[in-house]
Order: sequence, then C-alpha cells, then structure tokens
Amino acid sequence: MKLSEIVVERAVVPELQATDRDGVIEELVGSLVEAGAASETDRPVLIERLLAREQKSSTGFGRGVAVPHAKHASVSGISVAIGVSRGGVDFASLDKQPVYSVFLLLSPEDQPDAHLTAMEAIFRHLSKDTFRRALRQTTNVDEIKTLLVEVDAQNLGG
Amino acid sequence: MAERVSAIVTIVNQLGLHGRPAMSFVDTASAYHASVTVCKGETRVDGKSVMEMMLLAATKGTELEVCAEGDDAQACLDELVKLVGRGFDEE
Repeated sequence: MKLSEIVVERAVVPELQATDRDGVIEELVGSLVEAGAASETDRPVLIERLLAREQKSSTGFGRGVAVPHAKHASVSGISVAIGVSRGGVDFASLDKQPVYSVFLLLSPEDQPDAHLTAMEAIFRHLSKDTFRRALRQTTNVDEIKTLLVEVDAQNLGG
Repeated sequence: MAERVSAIVTIVNQLGLHGRPAMSFVDTASAYHASVTVCKGETRVDGKSVMEMMLLAATKGTELEVCAEGDDAQACLDELVKLVGRGFDEE
C-alpha cells in the first residue's frame, strides 16, 4: 500500500494550529470532514473514539511521531490526515518527548487487514530518520505531497 | 554463554498485531535482558520497539518467528509465545 494513495491531500496540514493533543485530533478530523473523507454527522463520534484510544494507551510511539487511529462503520475507505506541528505537542508519548508529526488514520470497521497494512505503510516511512526530518522541513502541502511520492518510489526499490 | 532460542508463533486474534498488542509484546519482551527479534519472511524487526513491530503488518493467521538471545532468553520466549497464543488477551 502506498502512503501517497491513502493520504487525503486536502487533509494535509503543514502547520497545525492546535497546540495540545485533543486539539490536534479535532483539527485533523475537521480537515478530513472538510475534504469529504468523513461526514460532518460522524465528526463527534470519530473524535470521541480517537481520544478514547489515546486514553487506553498513547499512539505517540516515540521519535516525535504519533499515529492516532480509529475504525468506524461510516468510514468508506482508509483515509489518512497529516499534521505537522512546529512547536511540538504533548501526546503523552512512550518516550515522553513532544510530537511534531501526526498521521491520523481512519479505517472502515470491517477491514482489519487493510487497517494493519495502512499502519505498516505509515510506520515504514515514520521509522526512518530521513523521512521524519524531511517532513519537519516542509512548509506547504505541495512539498509534503512530493515527499510522499518520493519515499513511496524509493520503497518500490527495496 | 548466552542462550539463543526461537519459536514460530501464529497470530490468532481477529484484529492482528495492531498497536495495543504490539505494545503488550514490547512490554513483555522489555521485562527481560534478552534481545528479541521478530521475523516475518525477510522482514526482521526489534521485538522491543513498537514502531518496528508495526512494520510486520501481521494480520490474523500470520506466522512469525520470534528469537530471543541472552541469559534469560528461554523464559522471555516462553512468555511471548504464551502472549501471542492467548491472542494478546483481546478476545
């Protein structure tokens, strides 16, 4: 699965306005709703699920990244929003460090395998220092899109 | 000399090795001195890193090879095999 194919372009936020975890999740869900990847009606329940998941255990897996995720019956396909925080956000991360890159994933309820494949696609990139650094250096949506296409192409080679 | 042991495990829980099971696995592995590696085909990851464990994309039915190496390797491997076998206590 290619990251550039599951990232919703209109839900890429190069400079998050929110400065706390809950705010970032609300902002990214809002961008997915505006992009048409989730419905306005489901906005509250999606936010609620994402926050409930964070409360069980943080998706701030360390190294400055967080991957909040939720499944919901109303979601028609795997959708990813990307948010970059310039100042860093406290996500109660495993390594207790602030988070700069947030990949928010929404999946349909009945496709656990596709959900895992999407997580793999996200982490394949996020586990690389070069990708995390490059992402933090981007300043706009186009640069982020270009970066995603580039790293997807590199992965095809190996 | 450090002991090196390995076992093949099959993911049995419906949702596969997603975030929470990966974290239980890492927590269990991290309680031991032994180094832990997990392989799926040619993908080989550190069993003490959640981020690396997610790279396995191990769906239900996936077979993984778990290797532990160190003075408490056998005890560590036994606990990990049990954890996966119980479906990470999810269902």
